[in-house]
Amino acid sequence: MGTDIASPAGELPKIARPLISAEATQKVLAFAALIILFIGFSVASPNFLQFNNIVGILLATAVNGILAIGVTYVIINGGIDLSIGTVMTFSAVMTGVFVTYWQWPVPLGIFAGILMGSFAGFINGVIIAKMKIPPFIATLGMMYVAKGLSLIISGLKPIYFNDSPGFRDIATGSLIGGIIPGFNIPNAVVIMFGAAIVAGLILARTVLGRYTFALGSNEEATRLSGVNVDRWKIAVYTVCGTFAGVAGVVIASRLNSAQPALGQGYELDAIAAVVIGGTSLSGGEGTVLGTVIGAFVLSVLTNGLRIMSVPQEWQVVVTGAIVILAVYLDILRRRRK
Amino acid sequence: MPDILLSVSGLEKSFPGVHALSECHFELRVGEVHALVGENGAGKSTMMKIIAGVYQKDAGQILLRGKEVDIPSPRVAQHLGISMIHQELNLMPHLTVAQNIFIGREPRNAALPFLLDDQAINAQSKALLESLRLTIDPRTRVTDLTVARQQMVEIAKALSLNAQVLIMDEPTAALTESEIDELFRVIRDLREQGVGIVYISHRLEELKQISDRITVMRDGRYIETLNTPEAKIDTIISLMVGRTIYQTAQELPENASGEIVLEVRNLNRGRDLKDINFHLKKGEILGFAGLMGAGRTEVARAIFGADPIDSGEIYIHGERVHIHQPRDAVKHGIGYLSEDRKRYGLNVGMDVQTNVALASFNKFLGMLGVVNDNQMRTTATHYVKQLDIRTPSVQQRVKNLSGGNQQKVVIAKWLTADTEILIFDEPTRGIDVGAKSEIYKLLNELAAQGKSIIMISSELPEILRMSHRVIVMCEGRITGELSMANATQEGIMKFATQRHALVAPDL
Repeated sequence: MGTDIASPAGELPKIARPLISAEATQKVLAFAALIILFIGFSVASPNFLQFNNIVGILLATAVNGILAIGVTYVIINGGIDLSIGTVMTFSAVMTGVFVTYWQWPVPLGIFAGILMGSFAGFINGVIIAKMKIPPFIATLGMMYVAKGLSLIISGLKPIYFNDSPGFRDIATGSLIGGIIPGFNIPNAVVIMFGAAIVAGLILARTVLGRYTFALGSNEEATRLSGVNVDRWKIAVYTVCGTFAGVAGVVIASRLNSAQPALGQGYELDAIAAVVIGGTSLSGGEGTVLGTVIGAFVLSVLTNGLRIMSVPQEWQVVVTGAIVILAVYLDILRRRRK
Repeated sequence: MPDILLSVSGLEKSFPGVHALSECHFELRVGEVHALVGENGAGKSTMMKIIAGVYQKDAGQILLRGKEVDIPSPRVAQHLGISMIHQELNLMPHLTVAQNIFIGREPRNAALPFLLDDQAINAQSKALLESLRLTIDPRTRVTDLTVARQQMVEIAKALSLNAQVLIMDEPTAALTESEIDELFRVIRDLREQGVGIVYISHRLEELKQISDRITVMRDGRYIETLNTPEAKIDTIISLMVGRTIYQTAQELPENASGEIVLEVRNLNRGRDLKDINFHLKKGEILGFAGLMGAGRTEVARAIFGADPIDSGEIYIHGERVHIHQPRDAVKHGIGYLSEDRKRYGLNVGMDVQTNVALASFNKFLGMLGVVNDNQMRTTATHYVKQLDIRTPSVQQRVKNLSGGNQQKVVIAKWLTADTEILIFDEPTRGIDVGAKSEIYKLLNELAAQGKSIIMISSELPEILRMSHRVIVMCEGRITGELSMANATQEGIMKFATQRHALVAPDL
């Protein structure tokens, strides 16, 4: 009577388990897409498979990857966060204020900058959980508020970090290059992978991760089981905001400046990465690994098309098509279950 | 003298407009399976939800093992050892069995309390499932389990909360025979261990198998408790239905001709509809009785093309028709007045005249598709007069009308569309007594004019009053057919609770 399906996670090596929650098929699809793109572009152009180009791809993925990892939580939770782009910029601007204007030591300034992102996420969470405003609307509002604040606080001009020479190295320096000569992988990439590992562990091993899934799967049942739904919802949005804060520091370091006009639009690339990675927008399931793969699919695509001299406008068209295709495949996969 | 586990007395509960429970009492012993039966709306779920902390009582007393308790929330109920398994299971489908069982109370890592101890969660769940003699891997995702096993998970969860009182609401509704056997085995095991189980169900034959006592409720009141071994099904049914004597005289229009306008053969759809065969005569009012979920609305929607069917044939005036969507049905002269008229029958934001024209817009179009406002107004005004619809004007927004008048607007809509066959689904739901008799009068007039009517209703007095014939359904099957002369409340209820088609229970 009814064969019981053993969890696939039980068969994977222990080290891989924290990054994977359950269904393998969704990630396999995204991963296969990535491999196909990789091979395709390598064949199409000799310039693709160069060390410098690969490093370029990695670096280009870093900021979007961090944002996407953060918003994965929110999407698994059954919500959405449209403010991550402008909150990222807001964190960057605030870091600029702390480090350059107020002359705080760089580590403290960075910490405070990230905290600004957390705070924005916290406000999102409170508005959504307590005021019962739908996530789409609440974070849309926050998107505009953060954008406006960035412009106001910065006085409409960029804040430079020239006074803090070490700041640039946070993203573009290379710790690995220092250890393994010639292997200059930028720190931003390491930060992204580090963020991915931490995020994956939290999702798989901690109470926060468990309740993120539970709320996304059946919020009412979770509430009736006695869980403080409001508190954990706020926590999820705060986590997302924190990752936006980290992304803000990384992008400020890459540009060696906080650019207040940037940011809006980044949220869409992040959400696209999550969706391509197989996480369902209806919540209850998803993986950090899938999101990372999705982010790479996007940047490999963009990079490859550019190397093949495809005009930028077409790159965007292709990206849109891929997103629709990814969601459709996900719907098909779900229907077959 | 067996121990009393739970004792409820003087329970009162009202919702806006509805007095749901009056002076209810109930008693559950240690190690007892106590069945709770009653018609739809009798108050069974309401009383149990109060005990489970989902609702708050207005008045009354609840004693747990002799001590008075207050149950303000489901969490408190759980702490007191009361668990309820609802009909809509309260599980997180994406999570595993173990994760569901321990949600909210996960064992933590000793050193780092924010980390979950998944090994402990899985091990303890496994032990729990084994104590119920179930072979379910705790790492399985709940959505990969059958409904029967999902229910077992809920039971395991209740046990892990040390439930002493387990309330089960229609537990066997979605189960196969062998799954029911396994459920009963688990229930008997729990009874051995001293757990008190409240078993809400319509399935009277099952109750005879599994319960120790049966309590009947009706209209929000406690009626009687019977010892199962001595209880006869007929007795239970008459207690459920009561001896309501229907006062007003029945207004029976004459049966016009014997012509069959609609015939349905071998209609099937998955688990919802099985082998539906019936016919409808011209000028007839055919009542469809049964409990909620019996499949009557599904039959209506299938005939109307609102839902697809697996197999079956529909004949109108003797000719086979193919109805794939409501448009086809309307073309063949079938109209459907749904249960939830505000959601499915009307555009509440629009005015009366637009709603009246809604099913037959092509009649009101002039050149180039321009809407002929005058014609709409005239038609609407005609029906307002004919059906006595109380509205200040035909431009009045429908949502401002009372329930009874809204229903009349829906009727006007279908009359405008020249439908011959009208399916009324719960025609007087949410309508006050005065308006009800107007609707009844209307129905009789329509039948007298030669329209053929199928009337789905959960109100037995209404069925008995209005129908020329009554078809009774239970769980997707037609279980009985009664003529006006033979139909009684008991008779209908007997068929409505009978699980297998046209097999008379001999208990």
